Amino acid sequence: MTVLSLRNLVVVVLLAGLLLLPIYAQVAGSPFLLTLFTRIVILAIAATSLNLIMGYGGMVSFGHAVYLGIGSYAVGICAFEGVESGFVQWPLAIAASALFALVIGALSLRTRGVYFIMITLAFAQMAYYVAIGLDRYGGDDGMILEARSRFAGLINLNDKTAFYYLCLALLFATIFLVWRLVNSRFGMVIQGARSNERRMRAIGFPVYRYRLVCFVIAGTICGLAGALLANFTDFVSPAAMHWTRSGDLIIMVVLGGMASPFGPLIGAVALLALEEALSGITEYWQIILGPMLLLIVLFARGGIDGILARLRHA
Amino acid sequence: MPEPILLVEQLSKRFGGIVATDQLSLAIPPGELHAIIGPNGAGKTTLIGQLTGELWPNGGRIIFNGDDVTTLPVHRRSALGLARSFQITSLFLDFTALDNVALAVQAHAGHSFRFWKPVRAERALRDPAMAAIERVGLADRANILVSRLSHGEHRQLEIAMALATRPRMLLLDEPMAGMGPEESARMVETLRELKKELTILLIEHDMEAVFALADRISVLVYGRVIACDTPENIRQNAEVRRAYLGEQQVATRHG
Ligand SMILES: Nc1ncnc2c1ncn2[C@@H]1O[C@H](COP(=O)(O)OP(=O)(O)OP(=O)(O)O)[C@@H](O)[C@H]1O
Ligand SMILES: [Mg+2]
Repeated sequence: MTVLSLRNLVVVVLLAGLLLLPIYAQVAGSPFLLTLFTRIVILAIAATSLNLIMGYGGMVSFGHAVYLGIGSYAVGICAFEGVESGFVQWPLAIAASALFALVIGALSLRTRGVYFIMITLAFAQMAYYVAIGLDRYGGDDGMILEARSRFAGLINLNDKTAFYYLCLALLFATIFLVWRLVNSRFGMVIQGARSNERRMRAIGFPVYRYRLVCFVIAGTICGLAGALLANFTDFVSPAAMHWTRSGDLIIMVVLGGMASPFGPLIGAVALLALEEALSGITEYWQIILGPMLLLIVLFARGGIDGILARLRHA
Repeated sequence: MPEPILLVEQLSKRFGGIVATDQLSLAIPPGELHAIIGPNGAGKTTLIGQLTGELWPNGGRIIFNGDDVTTLPVHRRSALGLARSFQITSLFLDFTALDNVALAVQAHAGHSFRFWKPVRAERALRDPAMAAIERVGLADRANILVSRLSHGEHRQLEIAMALATRPRMLLLDEPMAGMGPEESARMVETLRELKKELTILLIEHDMEAVFALADRISVLVYGRVIACDTPENIRQNAEVRRAYLGEQQVATRHG
Protein backbone atom coordinates (compact mmCIF):
# COMPACT_ATOMS: atom_id res chain seq x y z
CA MET A 1 0.00 0.00 0.00
CA THR A 2 1.32 3.42 -0.82
CA VAL A 3 1.54 5.76 2.11
CA LEU A 4 -0.03 9.14 1.58
CA SER A 5 2.89 11.51 1.93
CA LEU A 6 2.49 14.68 3.93
CA ARG A 7 2.89 16.71 0.78
CA ASN A 8 0.12 14.87 -1.06
CA LEU A 9 -2.05 15.11 2.02
CA VAL A 10 -1.66 18.87 2.14
CA VAL A 11 -2.52 19.14 -1.55
CA VAL A 12 -5.59 16.93 -1.17
CA VAL A 13 -6.79 18.86 1.87
CA LEU A 14 -6.16 22.14 0.07
CA LEU A 15 -8.11 21.06 -3.00
CA ALA A 16 -10.97 19.67 -0.93
CA GLY A 17 -11.00 22.88 1.10
CA LEU A 18 -11.20 24.96 -2.07
CA LEU A 19 -14.05 22.82 -3.38
CA LEU A 20 -16.05 23.08 -0.16
CA LEU A 21 -15.24 26.70 0.60
CA PRO A 22 -18.50 28.27 -0.65
CA ILE A 23 -20.46 25.89 1.56
CA TYR A 24 -18.35 26.73 4.58
CA ALA A 25 -18.59 30.46 3.86
CA GLN A 26 -22.37 30.14 3.77
CA VAL A 27 -22.64 28.06 6.92
CA ALA A 28 -20.20 30.27 8.80
CA GLY A 29 -22.02 33.32 7.50
CA SER A 30 -18.85 34.98 6.19
CA PRO A 31 -19.29 35.88 2.53
CA PHE A 32 -16.02 37.72 2.85
CA LEU A 33 -14.22 34.36 2.78
CA LEU A 34 -15.67 33.62 -0.64
CA THR A 35 -14.47 36.98 -1.91
CA LEU A 36 -10.98 36.45 -0.51
CA PHE A 37 -10.67 33.02 -2.02
CA THR A 38 -12.00 34.04 -5.42
CA ARG A 39 -9.16 36.53 -5.50
CA ILE A 40 -6.70 33.87 -4.37
CA VAL A 41 -7.85 31.45 -7.05
CA ILE A 42 -7.61 34.04 -9.84
CA LEU A 43 -4.11 35.07 -8.80
CA ALA A 44 -3.15 31.41 -8.43
CA ILE A 45 -3.98 30.96 -12.14
CA ALA A 46 -1.66 33.85 -12.95
CA ALA A 47 1.06 32.45 -10.67
CA THR A 48 0.72 28.98 -12.19
CA SER A 49 1.26 30.45 -15.64
CA LEU A 50 4.30 32.33 -14.36
CA ASN A 51 5.63 29.09 -12.89
CA LEU A 52 5.62 27.59 -16.39
CA ILE A 53 8.19 30.08 -17.67
CA MET A 54 9.98 30.92 -14.43
CA GLY A 55 9.98 27.66 -12.50
CA TYR A 56 10.23 25.19 -15.34
CA GLY A 57 11.79 27.38 -18.02
CA GLY A 58 14.15 29.51 -15.92
CA MET A 59 12.77 32.67 -17.57
CA VAL A 60 12.38 35.09 -14.69
CA SER A 61 9.83 37.56 -16.01
CA PHE A 62 9.39 40.62 -13.84
CA GLY A 63 6.48 41.84 -15.92
CA HIS A 64 4.06 38.97 -15.87
CA ALA A 65 1.22 41.08 -14.44
CA VAL A 66 1.10 42.94 -17.73
CA TYR A 67 -1.15 40.17 -19.04
CA LEU A 68 -3.47 40.57 -16.06
CA GLY A 69 -3.80 44.16 -17.19
CA ILE A 70 -4.25 43.34 -20.86
CA GLY A 71 -6.84 40.69 -20.07
CA SER A 72 -8.83 42.99 -17.83
CA TYR A 73 -8.61 45.96 -20.21
CA ALA A 74 -9.84 43.74 -23.05
CA VAL A 75 -12.95 42.98 -20.99
CA GLY A 76 -13.27 46.55 -19.71
CA ILE A 77 -12.90 48.24 -23.09
CA CYS A 78 -15.33 45.81 -24.71
CA ALA A 79 -17.92 46.46 -22.01
CA PHE A 80 -17.38 50.22 -22.26
CA GLU A 81 -17.93 50.09 -26.01
CA GLY A 82 -21.11 48.08 -25.53
CA VAL A 83 -19.88 44.57 -26.24
CA GLU A 84 -20.91 42.59 -23.19
CA SER A 85 -20.74 39.04 -24.50
CA GLY A 86 -18.06 36.99 -22.79
CA PHE A 87 -17.80 34.92 -25.94
CA VAL A 88 -16.28 38.00 -27.58
CA GLN A 89 -14.56 39.55 -24.57
CA TRP A 90 -12.66 36.54 -23.31
CA PRO A 91 -11.25 35.28 -26.60
CA LEU A 92 -10.19 38.87 -27.25
CA ALA A 93 -8.48 39.03 -23.85
CA ILE A 94 -6.68 35.79 -24.64
CA ALA A 95 -5.68 36.80 -28.16
CA ALA A 96 -4.44 40.23 -27.07
CA SER A 97 -2.34 38.66 -24.31
CA ALA A 98 -0.91 36.11 -26.71
CA LEU A 99 0.03 38.83 -29.16
CA PHE A 100 1.69 40.94 -26.48
CA ALA A 101 3.55 37.91 -25.17
CA LEU A 102 4.75 37.16 -28.68
CA VAL A 103 6.17 40.66 -29.11
CA ILE A 104 7.62 40.93 -25.60
CA GLY A 105 9.04 37.41 -25.77
CA ALA A 106 10.50 37.81 -29.26
CA LEU A 107 12.58 40.72 -28.04
CA SER A 108 13.33 39.86 -24.42
CA LEU A 109 14.24 36.20 -25.02
CA ARG A 110 17.29 37.33 -26.96
CA THR A 111 18.74 38.39 -23.60
CA ARG A 112 19.60 36.44 -20.47
CA GLY A 113 19.73 36.88 -16.72
CA VAL A 114 19.36 40.36 -15.32
CA TYR A 115 18.81 41.84 -18.78
CA PHE A 116 15.83 39.58 -19.30
CA ILE A 117 14.38 40.60 -15.95
CA MET A 118 14.86 44.28 -16.74
CA ILE A 119 13.41 44.10 -20.25
CA THR A 120 10.27 42.24 -19.18
CA LEU A 121 9.86 44.80 -16.40
CA ALA A 122 10.34 47.64 -18.88
CA PHE A 123 7.66 46.28 -21.21
CA ALA A 124 5.20 45.92 -18.35
CA GLN A 125 5.88 49.45 -17.15
CA MET A 126 5.43 50.70 -20.69
CA ALA A 127 2.00 49.07 -20.87
CA TYR A 128 1.22 50.51 -17.44
CA TYR A 129 1.90 54.05 -18.63
CA VAL A 130 0.00 53.51 -21.85
CA ALA A 131 -3.00 52.43 -19.75
CA ILE A 132 -2.66 55.59 -17.66
CA GLY A 133 -2.77 57.55 -20.89
CA LEU A 134 -6.05 55.96 -21.99
CA ASP A 135 -8.23 58.94 -21.02
CA ARG A 136 -11.29 57.51 -22.71
CA TYR A 137 -11.06 54.51 -20.40
CA GLY A 138 -10.50 56.35 -17.16
CA GLY A 139 -6.74 56.96 -17.44
CA ASP A 140 -5.06 56.94 -14.07
CA ASP A 141 -8.26 56.17 -12.16
CA GLY A 142 -9.36 53.24 -14.28
CA MET A 143 -13.02 52.58 -14.91
CA ILE A 144 -15.90 50.71 -13.40
CA LEU A 145 -17.08 47.65 -15.24
CA GLU A 146 -20.78 48.40 -15.77
CA ALA A 147 -21.73 44.76 -16.27
CA ARG A 148 -19.93 41.46 -15.93
CA SER A 149 -19.33 39.35 -19.02
CA ARG A 150 -22.51 37.66 -20.29
CA PHE A 151 -22.47 34.08 -21.45
CA ALA A 152 -25.93 33.78 -23.03
CA GLY A 153 -27.47 32.46 -19.84
CA LEU A 154 -24.97 29.62 -19.60
CA ILE A 155 -23.47 30.97 -16.40
CA ASN A 156 -24.26 34.08 -14.41
CA LEU A 157 -21.05 35.73 -13.23
CA ASN A 158 -23.01 37.89 -10.80
CA ASP A 159 -23.70 34.76 -8.81
CA LYS A 160 -20.70 34.76 -6.49
CA THR A 161 -20.68 31.03 -5.93
CA ALA A 162 -20.98 30.23 -9.63
CA PHE A 163 -18.21 32.70 -10.40
CA TYR A 164 -15.99 31.18 -7.74
CA TYR A 165 -16.49 27.70 -9.15
CA LEU A 166 -15.77 28.92 -12.66
CA CYS A 167 -12.46 30.39 -11.47
CA LEU A 168 -11.67 27.22 -9.56
CA ALA A 169 -12.39 25.03 -12.60
CA LEU A 170 -10.12 27.22 -14.71
CA LEU A 171 -7.41 26.98 -12.05
CA PHE A 172 -7.61 23.18 -12.00
CA ALA A 173 -7.56 23.14 -15.79
CA THR A 174 -4.50 25.39 -15.81
CA ILE A 175 -2.63 23.25 -13.30
CA PHE A 176 -3.49 20.13 -15.29
CA LEU A 177 -2.45 21.75 -18.55
CA VAL A 178 0.89 22.92 -17.17
CA TRP A 179 1.49 19.51 -15.65
CA ARG A 180 0.86 17.75 -18.98
CA LEU A 181 2.96 20.33 -20.76
CA VAL A 182 6.04 19.99 -18.61
CA ASN A 183 5.99 16.22 -18.92
CA SER A 184 5.72 16.28 -22.70
CA ARG A 185 8.50 16.55 -25.28
CA PHE A 186 7.97 20.29 -25.26
CA GLY A 187 8.35 20.40 -21.49
CA MET A 188 11.62 18.50 -21.61
CA VAL A 189 13.01 21.07 -24.03
CA ILE A 190 11.91 23.93 -21.80
CA GLN A 191 13.45 22.36 -18.70
CA GLY A 192 16.58 21.31 -20.55
CA ALA A 193 17.08 24.89 -21.66
CA ARG A 194 16.80 26.05 -18.06
CA SER A 195 19.27 23.43 -16.92
CA ASN A 196 21.93 23.76 -19.63
CA GLU A 197 21.28 25.87 -22.68
CA ARG A 198 24.70 25.25 -24.19
CA ARG A 199 24.22 21.50 -24.19
CA MET A 200 20.73 21.90 -25.64
CA ARG A 201 22.20 23.62 -28.67
CA ALA A 202 24.99 21.08 -28.94
CA ILE A 203 22.55 18.18 -29.13
CA GLY A 204 20.59 20.00 -31.79
CA PHE A 205 17.78 22.09 -30.29
CA PRO A 206 16.93 25.54 -31.62
CA VAL A 207 16.17 26.73 -28.11
CA TYR A 208 14.79 30.19 -28.85
CA ARG A 209 11.63 29.15 -30.67
CA TYR A 210 10.63 26.70 -27.91
CA ARG A 211 11.17 29.32 -25.25
CA LEU A 212 9.13 31.81 -27.23
CA VAL A 213 6.18 29.44 -27.57
CA CYS A 214 6.37 28.70 -23.85
CA PHE A 215 6.42 32.41 -23.08
CA VAL A 216 3.33 32.95 -25.24
CA ILE A 217 1.44 30.08 -23.59
CA ALA A 218 2.15 31.53 -20.15
CA GLY A 219 1.11 35.02 -21.20
CA THR A 220 -2.09 33.70 -22.73
CA ILE A 221 -3.14 31.86 -19.58
CA CYS A 222 -2.38 34.93 -17.49
CA GLY A 223 -4.50 37.02 -19.85
CA LEU A 224 -7.44 34.78 -19.05
CA ALA A 225 -6.79 35.39 -15.36
CA GLY A 226 -6.93 39.09 -16.21
CA ALA A 227 -10.39 38.69 -17.74
CA LEU A 228 -11.49 36.96 -14.53
CA LEU A 229 -9.95 39.69 -12.40
CA ALA A 230 -11.87 42.45 -14.19
CA ASN A 231 -15.12 40.58 -13.61
CA PHE A 232 -14.21 39.89 -10.01
CA THR A 233 -13.40 43.49 -9.07
CA ASP A 234 -15.95 45.04 -11.44
CA PHE A 235 -13.17 47.45 -12.09
CA VAL A 236 -10.35 47.93 -14.54
CA SER A 237 -7.29 50.03 -13.79
CA PRO A 238 -3.60 50.34 -14.58
CA ALA A 239 -2.84 49.04 -11.09
CA ALA A 240 -3.50 45.48 -12.35
CA MET A 241 -0.21 45.58 -14.25
CA HIS A 242 1.86 47.63 -11.83
CA TRP A 243 5.29 46.14 -11.21
CA THR A 244 4.43 45.38 -7.60
CA ARG A 245 1.73 43.05 -8.90
CA SER A 246 4.35 41.24 -11.00
CA GLY A 247 6.46 41.06 -7.86
CA ASP A 248 3.55 39.50 -5.95
CA LEU A 249 3.26 36.79 -8.60
CA ILE A 250 6.97 36.02 -8.34
CA ILE A 251 6.69 35.83 -4.55
CA MET A 252 3.76 33.40 -4.83
CA VAL A 253 5.75 31.10 -7.10
CA VAL A 254 8.93 31.23 -5.04
CA LEU A 255 7.07 30.94 -1.75
CA GLY A 256 4.96 27.99 -2.86
CA GLY A 257 7.69 26.19 -4.75
CA MET A 258 9.15 26.71 -8.20
CA ALA A 259 8.74 23.99 -10.79
CA SER A 260 6.12 22.27 -8.66
CA PRO A 261 2.62 21.77 -10.10
CA PHE A 262 0.76 22.95 -7.00
CA GLY A 263 3.47 25.30 -5.72
CA PRO A 264 1.99 28.53 -7.10
CA LEU A 265 -1.45 27.69 -5.67
CA ILE A 266 0.08 26.98 -2.27
CA GLY A 267 2.05 30.20 -2.55
CA ALA A 268 -1.01 32.24 -3.51
CA VAL A 269 -3.02 30.86 -0.60
CA ALA A 270 -0.15 31.37 1.83
CA LEU A 271 0.69 34.91 0.72
CA LEU A 272 -2.83 36.31 0.48
CA ALA A 273 -4.15 34.54 3.56
CA LEU A 274 -1.13 35.71 5.53
CA GLU A 275 -1.56 39.24 4.25
CA GLU A 276 -5.19 39.11 5.33
CA ALA A 277 -4.48 37.63 8.74
CA LEU A 278 -1.57 39.91 9.57
CA SER A 279 -3.33 43.05 8.41
CA GLY A 280 -6.12 42.13 10.86
CA ILE A 281 -3.64 42.06 13.73
CA THR A 282 -1.59 45.15 13.03
CA GLU A 283 -1.37 47.88 10.47
CA TYR A 284 2.37 47.26 10.27
CA TRP A 285 1.78 43.79 8.84
CA GLN A 286 4.26 44.31 6.04
CA ILE A 287 7.07 44.53 8.60
CA ILE A 288 6.18 41.02 9.75
CA LEU A 289 5.43 39.57 6.32
CA GLY A 290 8.65 40.80 4.71
CA PRO A 291 11.10 38.99 7.01
CA MET A 292 8.91 35.87 6.98
CA LEU A 293 9.12 35.67 3.20
CA LEU A 294 12.83 36.34 3.34
CA LEU A 295 13.35 33.45 5.77
CA ILE A 296 11.40 31.02 3.62
CA VAL A 297 13.21 32.05 0.45
CA LEU A 298 16.61 31.89 2.16
CA PHE A 299 16.22 28.69 4.13
CA ALA A 300 13.73 26.68 2.12
CA ARG A 301 14.83 26.43 -1.45
CA GLY A 302 11.86 24.86 -3.13
CA GLY A 303 9.45 26.93 -1.07
CA ILE A 304 6.65 25.52 1.06
CA ASP A 305 6.16 22.61 -1.32
CA GLY A 306 9.85 21.83 -0.97
CA ILE A 307 9.55 21.79 2.83
CA LEU A 308 6.57 19.43 2.63
CA ALA A 309 8.40 17.12 0.26
CA ARG A 310 11.36 16.90 2.63
CA LEU A 311 9.15 16.30 5.65
CA ARG A 312 7.75 13.08 4.23
CA HIS A 313 10.07 10.97 6.35
CA ALA A 314 9.10 12.75 9.55
CA MET B 1 42.66 9.55 -50.08
CA PRO B 2 38.84 9.36 -50.34
CA GLU B 3 36.71 12.50 -50.25
CA PRO B 4 37.14 13.88 -46.71
CA ILE B 5 34.08 13.97 -44.45
CA LEU B 6 35.55 16.98 -42.66
CA LEU B 7 37.61 19.54 -44.51
CA VAL B 8 39.04 22.57 -42.75
CA GLU B 9 40.74 25.23 -44.82
CA GLN B 10 42.87 28.11 -43.58
CA LEU B 11 40.85 28.48 -40.39
CA SER B 12 41.77 31.46 -38.21
CA LYS B 13 40.47 32.66 -34.88
CA ARG B 14 41.76 35.51 -32.80
CA PHE B 15 40.78 36.53 -29.28
CA GLY B 16 42.04 40.10 -29.09
CA GLY B 17 45.77 39.73 -29.44
CA ILE B 18 45.81 35.94 -29.02
CA VAL B 19 45.84 33.88 -32.19
CA ALA B 20 44.03 30.74 -31.05
CA THR B 21 43.70 29.19 -34.51
CA ASP B 22 46.33 30.07 -37.08
CA GLN B 23 45.69 29.22 -40.76
CA LEU B 24 44.69 25.74 -39.74
CA SER B 25 43.91 23.17 -42.43
CA LEU B 26 42.80 19.62 -41.89
CA ALA B 27 41.27 16.85 -44.00
CA ILE B 28 39.72 13.84 -42.29
CA PRO B 29 38.51 10.95 -44.45
CA PRO B 30 35.42 8.99 -43.37
CA GLY B 31 36.10 6.31 -40.81
CA GLU B 32 39.33 7.79 -39.55
CA LEU B 33 40.06 8.35 -35.89
CA HIS B 34 42.06 11.50 -36.00
CA ALA B 35 43.74 12.65 -32.82
CA ILE B 36 44.78 16.19 -32.06
CA ILE B 37 47.42 16.67 -29.43
CA GLY B 38 49.12 19.79 -28.23
CA PRO B 39 50.04 21.64 -25.05
CA ASN B 40 47.54 23.49 -22.89
CA GLY B 41 46.29 26.59 -24.64
CA ALA B 42 47.29 25.31 -28.09
CA GLY B 43 43.77 26.01 -29.37
CA LYS B 44 42.26 22.53 -29.37
CA THR B 45 38.99 23.42 -27.67
CA THR B 46 38.78 26.59 -29.74
CA LEU B 47 39.00 24.44 -32.87
CA ILE B 48 36.13 22.24 -31.69
CA GLY B 49 34.12 25.33 -30.87
CA GLN B 50 34.46 26.50 -34.45
CA LEU B 51 33.66 23.09 -35.87
CA THR B 52 30.43 22.87 -33.85
CA GLY B 53 29.46 26.50 -34.41
CA GLU B 54 29.76 27.90 -30.90
CA LEU B 55 32.54 30.12 -32.18
CA TRP B 56 32.73 31.75 -35.56
CA PRO B 57 36.15 31.89 -37.19
CA ASN B 58 37.70 35.13 -38.39
CA GLY B 59 38.66 33.44 -41.61
CA GLY B 60 38.72 30.14 -43.44
CA ARG B 61 36.14 27.49 -44.29
CA ILE B 62 34.70 24.34 -42.74
CA ILE B 63 33.22 21.76 -45.11
CA PHE B 64 31.33 18.89 -43.51
CA ASN B 65 30.13 16.09 -45.73
CA GLY B 66 30.24 18.36 -48.76
CA ASP B 67 28.32 21.24 -47.10
CA ASP B 68 29.93 24.53 -46.18
CA VAL B 69 28.98 24.81 -42.50
CA THR B 70 31.33 27.66 -41.58
CA THR B 71 28.53 29.96 -40.38
CA LEU B 72 25.75 27.46 -39.72
CA PRO B 73 24.18 27.66 -36.23
CA VAL B 74 25.06 24.97 -33.70
CA HIS B 75 21.76 23.07 -33.87
CA ARG B 76 21.87 22.86 -37.68
CA ARG B 77 25.30 21.26 -37.59
CA SER B 78 24.05 18.78 -35.05
CA ALA B 79 21.24 17.95 -37.48
CA LEU B 80 23.84 17.29 -40.19
CA GLY B 81 25.50 14.71 -37.96
CA LEU B 82 28.24 16.55 -36.12
CA ALA B 83 28.27 15.77 -32.40
CA ARG B 84 30.60 16.85 -29.63
CA SER B 85 31.50 16.04 -26.07
CA PHE B 86 32.69 18.72 -23.69
CA GLN B 87 36.09 18.98 -22.01
CA ILE B 88 34.36 20.34 -18.94
CA THR B 89 31.36 18.11 -18.33
CA SER B 90 28.19 19.80 -19.53
CA LEU B 91 25.07 17.83 -18.64
CA PHE B 92 21.56 18.35 -17.28
CA LEU B 93 22.42 17.86 -13.63
CA ASP B 94 18.83 17.85 -12.38
CA PHE B 95 17.75 15.09 -14.79
CA THR B 96 18.47 11.38 -14.58
CA ALA B 97 21.12 9.88 -16.85
CA LEU B 98 18.41 8.33 -19.00
CA ASP B 99 16.49 11.62 -19.26
CA ASN B 100 19.70 13.32 -20.37
CA VAL B 101 20.32 10.89 -23.18
CA ALA B 102 16.64 10.63 -24.14
CA LEU B 103 16.64 14.40 -24.64
CA ALA B 104 19.54 14.01 -27.05
CA VAL B 105 17.55 11.35 -28.93
CA GLN B 106 14.52 13.62 -28.95
CA ALA B 107 16.53 16.41 -30.55
CA HIS B 108 16.80 14.26 -33.66
CA ALA B 109 13.33 12.71 -33.64
CA GLY B 110 11.33 15.42 -35.36
CA HIS B 111 10.24 18.72 -33.84
CA SER B 112 9.38 18.97 -30.15
CA PHE B 113 6.21 21.01 -30.39
CA ARG B 114 4.38 18.08 -28.85
CA PHE B 115 2.61 19.25 -25.79
CA TRP B 116 0.52 16.44 -24.43
CA LYS B 117 1.95 12.92 -24.50
CA PRO B 118 4.07 11.94 -21.47
CA VAL B 119 7.61 11.95 -22.80
CA ARG B 120 8.95 9.40 -20.34
CA ALA B 121 6.59 6.76 -21.73
CA GLU B 122 7.82 7.16 -25.30
CA ARG B 123 9.62 3.99 -26.23
CA ALA B 124 10.85 5.61 -29.42
CA LEU B 125 12.99 7.89 -27.24
CA ARG B 126 13.72 5.71 -24.23
CA ASP B 127 14.93 2.62 -26.11
CA PRO B 128 17.60 4.30 -28.24
CA ALA B 129 18.66 6.32 -25.19
CA MET B 130 19.07 3.16 -23.16
CA ALA B 131 21.07 1.61 -25.99
CA ALA B 132 23.48 4.57 -26.00
CA ILE B 133 23.82 4.35 -22.23
CA GLU B 134 24.58 0.65 -22.49
CA ARG B 135 27.28 1.34 -25.05
CA VAL B 136 29.21 3.48 -22.61
CA GLY B 137 28.62 1.01 -19.79
CA LEU B 138 26.23 2.99 -17.60
CA ALA B 139 23.16 0.77 -17.89
CA ASP B 140 22.82 0.15 -14.15
CA ARG B 141 23.04 3.88 -13.42
CA ALA B 142 20.44 5.00 -15.95
CA ASN B 143 17.80 6.12 -13.46
CA ILE B 144 20.06 8.04 -11.13
CA LEU B 145 20.14 11.84 -11.02
CA VAL B 146 23.19 13.03 -12.91
CA SER B 147 24.22 15.27 -10.01
CA ARG B 148 24.72 12.06 -7.98
CA LEU B 149 26.98 10.36 -10.53
CA SER B 150 30.77 10.28 -10.22
CA HIS B 151 33.14 12.25 -12.40
CA GLY B 152 34.06 9.19 -14.40
CA GLU B 153 30.39 8.43 -15.01
CA HIS B 154 29.86 12.00 -16.15
CA ARG B 155 32.59 11.50 -18.73
CA GLN B 156 30.90 8.33 -19.98
CA LEU B 157 27.56 10.08 -20.14
CA GLU B 158 29.17 12.85 -22.21
CA ILE B 159 29.90 10.24 -24.86
CA ALA B 160 26.43 8.69 -24.63
CA MET B 161 24.86 12.14 -25.17
CA ALA B 162 26.87 12.67 -28.32
CA LEU B 163 26.13 9.14 -29.55
CA ALA B 164 22.41 9.49 -28.98
CA THR B 165 22.18 12.16 -31.67
CA ARG B 166 23.16 9.45 -34.18
CA PRO B 167 26.08 11.44 -35.57
CA ARG B 168 28.28 10.78 -38.58
CA MET B 169 31.21 12.28 -36.78
CA LEU B 170 32.18 12.66 -33.14
CA LEU B 171 34.26 15.53 -31.81
CA LEU B 172 35.60 14.44 -28.45
CA ASP B 173 37.29 17.03 -26.26
CA GLU B 174 39.48 15.20 -23.75
CA PRO B 175 37.01 12.40 -22.94
CA MET B 176 39.43 10.99 -20.37
CA ALA B 177 40.10 14.23 -18.52
CA GLY B 178 40.32 13.53 -14.80
CA MET B 179 39.76 9.78 -15.13
CA GLY B 180 41.66 7.12 -13.22
CA PRO B 181 43.71 4.52 -15.11
CA GLU B 182 40.96 1.90 -14.88
CA GLU B 183 38.25 4.23 -16.16
CA SER B 184 40.59 5.40 -18.91
CA ALA B 185 41.19 1.85 -20.05
CA ARG B 186 37.44 1.29 -20.28
CA MET B 187 37.01 4.49 -22.25
CA VAL B 188 39.70 3.35 -24.69
CA GLU B 189 37.71 0.17 -25.21
CA THR B 190 34.50 2.13 -25.78
CA LEU B 191 36.21 4.38 -28.31
CA ARG B 192 37.77 1.39 -30.06
CA GLU B 193 34.25 0.06 -30.62
CA LEU B 194 32.86 3.40 -31.79
CA LYS B 195 35.76 3.80 -34.17
CA LYS B 196 34.39 0.95 -36.25
CA GLU B 197 31.28 2.94 -37.21
CA LEU B 198 32.13 6.59 -36.85
CA THR B 199 34.61 9.17 -37.89
CA ILE B 200 36.15 10.58 -34.73
CA LEU B 201 38.17 13.66 -33.95
CA LEU B 202 39.81 12.98 -30.61
CA ILE B 203 41.49 15.56 -28.46
CA GLU B 204 43.36 13.94 -25.63
CA HIS B 205 46.31 14.50 -23.34
CA ASP B 206 46.57 10.81 -22.48
CA MET B 207 49.32 9.80 -24.93
CA GLU B 208 48.91 6.11 -24.29
CA ALA B 209 45.27 6.32 -25.38
CA VAL B 210 46.08 8.51 -28.36
CA PHE B 211 48.77 6.21 -29.72
CA ALA B 212 46.58 3.18 -29.11
CA LEU B 213 43.56 4.56 -30.97
CA ALA B 214 44.59 7.08 -33.60
CA ASP B 215 44.92 6.38 -37.32
CA ARG B 216 46.55 9.76 -37.73
CA ILE B 217 47.66 12.45 -35.34
CA SER B 218 47.86 16.21 -35.79
CA VAL B 219 50.07 18.20 -33.48
CA LEU B 220 48.80 21.65 -32.62
CA VAL B 221 51.05 24.33 -31.18
CA TYR B 222 49.98 27.96 -30.85
CA GLY B 223 46.98 27.33 -33.09
CA ARG B 224 49.06 25.88 -35.90
CA VAL B 225 49.33 22.29 -37.11
CA ILE B 226 53.06 21.61 -36.97
CA ALA B 227 52.74 17.95 -37.98
CA CYS B 228 50.09 15.58 -39.23
CA ASP B 229 51.04 11.93 -39.69
CA THR B 230 50.65 8.35 -38.55
CA PRO B 231 51.34 7.60 -34.87
CA GLU B 232 54.70 5.95 -35.69
CA ASN B 233 55.94 8.91 -37.68
CA ILE B 234 54.71 11.39 -35.09
CA ARG B 235 56.67 9.51 -32.47
CA GLN B 236 59.80 9.90 -34.59
CA ASN B 237 59.22 13.52 -35.57
CA ALA B 238 61.96 15.67 -34.08
CA GLU B 239 60.04 18.90 -34.22
CA VAL B 240 57.11 17.33 -32.43
CA ARG B 241 59.35 15.95 -29.74
CA ARG B 242 60.89 19.32 -29.23
CA ALA B 243 57.62 21.20 -29.28
CA TYR B 244 55.52 18.86 -27.31
CA LEU B 245 56.14 15.24 -26.49
CA GLY B 246 59.54 15.54 -24.81
CA GLU B 247 59.01 18.93 -23.29
CA GLN B 248 55.41 18.81 -22.27
CA GLN B 249 56.23 20.36 -18.93
CA VAL B 250 57.92 23.35 -20.52
CA ALA B 251 55.17 23.96 -23.05
CA THR B 252 52.44 23.71 -20.45
CA ARG B 253 51.22 27.08 -19.34
CA HIS B 254 48.76 25.90 -16.77
CA GLY B 255 47.17 22.81 -15.30
N1 LIG C 1 36.62 32.93 -25.10
C1 LIG C 1 37.92 33.23 -25.08
N2 LIG C 1 38.33 34.52 -24.94
C2 LIG C 1 39.64 34.83 -24.93
N3 LIG C 1 40.63 33.94 -25.07
C3 LIG C 1 40.29 32.65 -25.19
C4 LIG C 1 38.93 32.23 -25.21
N4 LIG C 1 38.89 30.88 -25.37
C5 LIG C 1 40.17 30.49 -25.44
N5 LIG C 1 41.03 31.54 -25.36
C6 LIG C 1 42.47 31.48 -25.45
O1 LIG C 1 42.78 30.82 -26.65
C7 LIG C 1 43.88 29.95 -26.47
C8 LIG C 1 43.46 28.54 -26.83
O2 LIG C 1 42.58 28.03 -25.84
P1 LIG C 1 41.93 26.57 -25.91
O3 LIG C 1 40.99 26.46 -24.78
O4 LIG C 1 41.42 26.34 -27.27
O5 LIG C 1 43.18 25.65 -25.65
P2 LIG C 1 43.25 24.07 -25.49
O6 LIG C 1 44.22 23.60 -26.48
O7 LIG C 1 41.90 23.48 -25.52
O8 LIG C 1 43.87 23.94 -24.05
P3 LIG C 1 43.65 22.83 -22.91
O9 LIG C 1 44.58 21.70 -23.25
O10 LIG C 1 44.05 23.50 -21.66
O11 LIG C 1 42.21 22.43 -22.93
C9 LIG C 1 44.32 30.09 -25.03
O12 LIG C 1 45.38 31.03 -25.00
C10 LIG C 1 43.11 30.65 -24.36
O13 LIG C 1 43.46 31.42 -23.25
MG1 LIG D 1 40.74 22.43 -24.23
